[in-house]
Amino acid sequence: MLWITIKRIIKAGFVSFWRNGSVSLSAVFVMVIALFMIGSTLLLTAFLGTALRDLQDKIDINIYLSITAPENSIFDLKSRIEALPEVKAVTYISREQALETFRVRHENDHRIIQALDEVGTNPLTAVLTVKAKEPAQYEGIAKFLENKSSLAPDSLSIVSKVNYNDNKVAIERLSRIMAGVKKLGGIITVVLIGISILITFNTIRLAIFIARDEISVMRLVGGSNEYIRGPFVVEGMIYGLVSGLLTVILFYPITYWLKATTEGFYGGIDLLHYFVANFIQIFFIIMLSGIALGAVSSYLAVRKYLSTR
Amino acid sequence: MIYFDNVSKVYPDGTVALEGVTFSVKQGEFVSIVGHSGAGKTTLIKLLLGEGDCTSGSVSFDSVDIQKVKMKDMPNLRRRIGVIFQDFRLLSNKTAYENVAFAMEVAGKTDEEIASDVPHVLELVDLSKKMWNFPRQLSGGELQRVAIARAIVNHPDLIIADEPTGNLDPINTYEIVQILKKINDLGTTVILTTHNKGVVEALGKRVITMDHGRVTRDDSTGKYAL
Repeated sequence: MLWITIKRIIKAGFVSFWRNGSVSLSAVFVMVIALFMIGSTLLLTAFLGTALRDLQDKIDINIYLSITAPENSIFDLKSRIEALPEVKAVTYISREQALETFRVRHENDHRIIQALDEVGTNPLTAVLTVKAKEPAQYEGIAKFLENKSSLAPDSLSIVSKVNYNDNKVAIERLSRIMAGVKKLGGIITVVLIGISILITFNTIRLAIFIARDEISVMRLVGGSNEYIRGPFVVEGMIYGLVSGLLTVILFYPITYWLKATTEGFYGGIDLLHYFVANFIQIFFIIMLSGIALGAVSSYLAVRKYLSTR
Repeated sequence: MIYFDNVSKVYPDGTVALEGVTFSVKQGEFVSIVGHSGAGKTTLIKLLLGEGDCTSGSVSFDSVDIQKVKMKDMPNLRRRIGVIFQDFRLLSNKTAYENVAFAMEVAGKTDEEIASDVPHVLELVDLSKKMWNFPRQLSGGELQRVAIARAIVNHPDLIIADEPTGNLDPINTYEIVQILKKINDLGTTVILTTHNKGVVEALGKRVITMDHGRVTRDDSTGKYAL
């Protein structure tokens, strides 16, 4: 019996969705907009996250070593810094590597290459590049490096310069921006998702308001509350399913267009790549939000007409 | 079977719809309730269907006090009563067949029962050819016949017809009344409210006359006395 009832409810939901074409169409349109809002907020937040991580990756502290520093002292210093808990990685660039990189970078600038050749010897120093786990930790690492007692005397003598203070302002500002963006992104996501839920709920409420006389007839004929409510909830889920599919399909050309038009700055906002790479995750989030929104909104909207005897 | 015991109904705005109404209806009776608009006929029927409570007194159906029926048991009670309205109240997005089938579905009938009973009952009201039409494709008389088919398909104990001929021409009115009479002849109790003098006189059955919320006459083979 239960199975027959479920089958009838599902069928009635589908039939009603199809026969109330114009109401279904407008509900689907509004839900596409709502789901699009949810989807693009998630996509943008995720993109900002990756963009900030990229940016974060560009921050480092360079320790310039004196020209005469012997390699074993350098490696000794390197492992000592690596032992710090805040440090993610330390990269050693030897004098030769530094020269090579320098030559490659300036290969089109004859005067610089000429000047370099005239010097005869390698004027560049070896560098240790230190990356922290969090941008806020650079301060601590820099303090440690500047504190003479924390490094062995012989190691200290080989350090000619630490460039943290040069980057200090930039690093601090970036840390602040990142914290701000994360917080703001969270607030905007919550607000937009809230608005989307309200819009969807109101649209479905309107669709069910149109059917309120039918609900009263169903009750008079002896329909139980569950049997009357069921097809409306199924219809709401179909709204969500169809809108979810349309939204996911819509994302492809829009992210593609966005990528093409923003190619100019910061390498382009490549949401397309993110969208394609996380397609399954995005697909399920949008579909499930749509179906859940439709079902819950319908359930709540019908309840109003079923609360009396 | 039905017992109205000193029933009064006062709406929140102070309108007195029913005042000290007492009467009973036996199993298998055909009772017409007549009265001007606002006499309380529709309120009476609403109380019987459990749509709202009376202010004092009690209404019982088969010894069950309708006011004391719990919300979850209300659908069961309603499935024992077939209702027919002046404005038909069909489901506009369902065909004639589906409207009748819906009443059987909610009563938990199997698909086989529905497939055999619905065409049969539509044939009884002479609508076999328009089974798959939507309400918007049917005339007033046809709509009322669908409503009757829906009301009788579950073999209810009681049929309530609230001004069923109010929107119909004389020929359709005659046909609907004949169908109701036939249903009654087969043993189902019928309560009919109407304005139509001709209908009441042609029936020659019990007539309860109401005025300003009171029962003013109750004639066993009554005439329209307004």
